[in-house]
Amino acid sequence: MSQSYDRGLVEDFGRWREFSAGMWAWVFHKFTGWVLVGYLFTHIAVLSTAISAAGQTQAIAAENDVYTTVITALESLLVVRILEVGLLAVAVFHILNGCRLLLVDLGIGLDSQDKSFYASLVLTGAIVVASVPTFLAGVFG
Amino acid sequence: MAERYSSFEPGGRRWLWQRITAAFLVVVLAFHFFLLHFVNHADEVSFLASSARMTDLTYYSLMVLFLITATFHGVNGVYNALENQGLTGTKKQVVKYTLIAASIVLVVQGIRTANAWAGLPTF
Repeated sequence: MSQSYDRGLVEDFGRWREFSAGMWAWVFHKFTGWVLVGYLFTHIAVLSTAISAAGQTQAIAAENDVYTTVITALESLLVVRILEVGLLAVAVFHILNGCRLLLVDLGIGLDSQDKSFYASLVLTGAIVVASVPTFLAGVFG
Repeated sequence: MAERYSSFEPGGRRWLWQRITAAFLVVVLAFHFFLLHFVNHADEVSFLASSARMTDLTYYSLMVLFLITATFHGVNGVYNALENQGLTGTKKQVVKYTLIAASIVLVVQGIRTANAWAGLPTF
């Protein structure tokens, strides 16, 4: 049986200097989770413009219906593209750390759970940096 | 030995469902990002293109399941986070039913949107 340690409450954020890698993983997972669930509601709200557009056959064919117009306008803004890169970073970390948590729950690799957290961070950084050109494509003209 | 430390009740099903939905979402969220940012590009979005994808029954079903699992996983995660912060009693009940209502609104609105693209009734 693995040893467990009482490191105190992670919710007591005032003692963040004493946090271990696993506690930071918990904090980052909660933070990215809040961002993702907030985005989910925003995402559906924006995509709902498709409901108003449905049935506007001519406008849809001409690609000037309300949905296409709203999304195109948003995607033309640099700040939206940068926020999308941020969203990618948040989503990738949540996915990779989520895989790590599923393994921890199954009791796999418990001794290296701190290393797998660092690996999640490094891999997130690498994937996000590599994705920047794709995410910013077309925004500069 | 440290005390048991979890926001889930012993023997509860929410713990298991949070993990089952996580395993599904890991794959589908990655697919969603890849399809809509790398295969199709963000600046090329149009109603016609979204509609072409959503009229495929497999894609429509996957997206509706994605919406339901993401809503459950996200809202259940929020509820757990608030429980961790010490939410109890009447406030906890109010938060619980507010989150359930918000989830229902989100799923219904998401399905209406998917139906708009698929050419189905938006009720």
